[in-house]
Amino acid sequence: MKRDPIPGNGSSASGATRLRVRFDRVGLDLGGRRIINELSFSLEAGEFVCVVGPSGCGKTSLLRLLAGLYQPDSGAILRDGKPIDGPSRDVAIVFQDYGRALLPWRTVAGNVSLALEAAGVPAKLRDGRIRSLLDQVGLGAHAAKFLNQLSGGMQQRLQIARCLAQEPALLLMDEPFGALDAMTRQALQDEVGAIAAQTGAAVLFITHDLDEAIYLGDRVLALVAGPVRGQSSLARELPVALPRPRDQLASREDPEYLRLRRELFELIRDERP
Amino acid sequence: MSVWRRVLRALLLPTGMLAAGEIVMRVQGYAGDALSKPTDVIVALYRALADGTFARATAQTLASSFAGLALGTSLGLAVGLWFGLSFVARSLSAPTVEALRTVPAVALIPLSMLAFGFGVRMESSVVAFACIWPMLILTQAAVRQVEPRLLEVARMLQLPRSGRISKIIMPAAAPRIFVAFRISVGVALVVGITVEIAANPYGLGYLAVTSQQNLRPDLMLATILWIGLLGWGLNAALHGAQRRAFPLAPDRVAVPQQGTR
Repeated sequence: MKRDPIPGNGSSASGATRLRVRFDRVGLDLGGRRIINELSFSLEAGEFVCVVGPSGCGKTSLLRLLAGLYQPDSGAILRDGKPIDGPSRDVAIVFQDYGRALLPWRTVAGNVSLALEAAGVPAKLRDGRIRSLLDQVGLGAHAAKFLNQLSGGMQQRLQIARCLAQEPALLLMDEPFGALDAMTRQALQDEVGAIAAQTGAAVLFITHDLDEAIYLGDRVLALVAGPVRGQSSLARELPVALPRPRDQLASREDPEYLRLRRELFELIRDERP
Repeated sequence: MSVWRRVLRALLLPTGMLAAGEIVMRVQGYAGDALSKPTDVIVALYRALADGTFARATAQTLASSFAGLALGTSLGLAVGLWFGLSFVARSLSAPTVEALRTVPAVALIPLSMLAFGFGVRMESSVVAFACIWPMLILTQAAVRQVEPRLLEVARMLQLPRSGRISKIIMPAAAPRIFVAFRISVGVALVVGITVEIAANPYGLGYLAVTSQQNLRPDLMLATILWIGLLGWGLNAALHGAQRRAFPLAPDRVAVPQQGTR
């Protein structure tokens, strides 16, 4: 089920192959409320894990814990055996609100450059890297444009390119396609699937959309809303045994796909009070 | 509508009013000391422009005002950035700033006259004091209003503090800071001329006062008209520069009206 990173894929794969993140009975309180409780799971390089659950179940908090932006109140989050104590340059977040996460005063190329500048890549090496990253997300012809000249889908591609410039071992995506139209969303789903396979990064993908989760994921984690103490935030962990590469038509008609969809739907329905 | 038609339409009201004033004064045979016929004012304006009176006075006023503007806005910018970035600095000094800000700049004229005597330094120090506040307060606000998501991106990229300021915060705040500068230019001109009217024996303000004392209402009104044209021209130039420098951020930055104090 796990995809092997493509061998010889340059530096991005080499850092990613070792990564292993383990959540060990993690708890998180925000504003006096328990957001995440007793959550245990693990994530490895080359895996694509989707997280679904109702609003307020702590999906985004889970992502922020992985990013090192939050620290757990109980339990431990270990990356390769060591606790995550802050952000790391090889952990990238693709935010849903791409319009706010990009720099409007920089060009498309300049936005990707930001990540390279932060990593201290010498100026003369940047141009080539930027060009190949923009080609990878299909923005090669738009390098000199500014944000207000890009559609929503193109802006989200740009954010993905900037994240890839970080050479992420762990790519975190917070409902990245939630604000896009259906056609753009499908195109980007396929591209992100392909990019993840190429880079060999571990991907944690948060979504509201059960179909999207099954279509993209190697596993789907279903969280429960407002967990009470003693009860784990994690309701179910479902492996997705659909063959890869996946196809928007064929995969969605696969009996395994339909079975998983039914199982997830029933789970979510039972969760409703 | 073509540009020329718009210009003509805009000029209709002022020329109409001037013509009406001219007619009324001629019919009544007005010969007071406070007003002057519009044609006399225009003649005085032309003469003062031709013989260099306005050029000299304008150079004096602008030199003092701009020196004060440069000093005040750079101080305001630096302190505003610092307050915007540091919660500790802000909370330590906010009450002091609020108290100082309420002191009218022109109330400092006696103090600065004692310190510097008449001249450029006296005038520009008062102007500087007036220009600090709009710059400080609007810069601080601009820094604190930087999109939080961008600061999160900076955190994920592990940009050092200097990179965060130069690559994220400054460019994001720049359009608002420019608006603050535009306001400060207006403040500098008003305060500079006020200082000249009240105390300093040179510049456009002094010219207006002496014309009044010499019973030359035509020259006095011409000076006022010239000051108005000067302010209008400066503002138009800055507006143009703003549109050119920040084409992506038009006047959507709301600016509280700042009194000149």
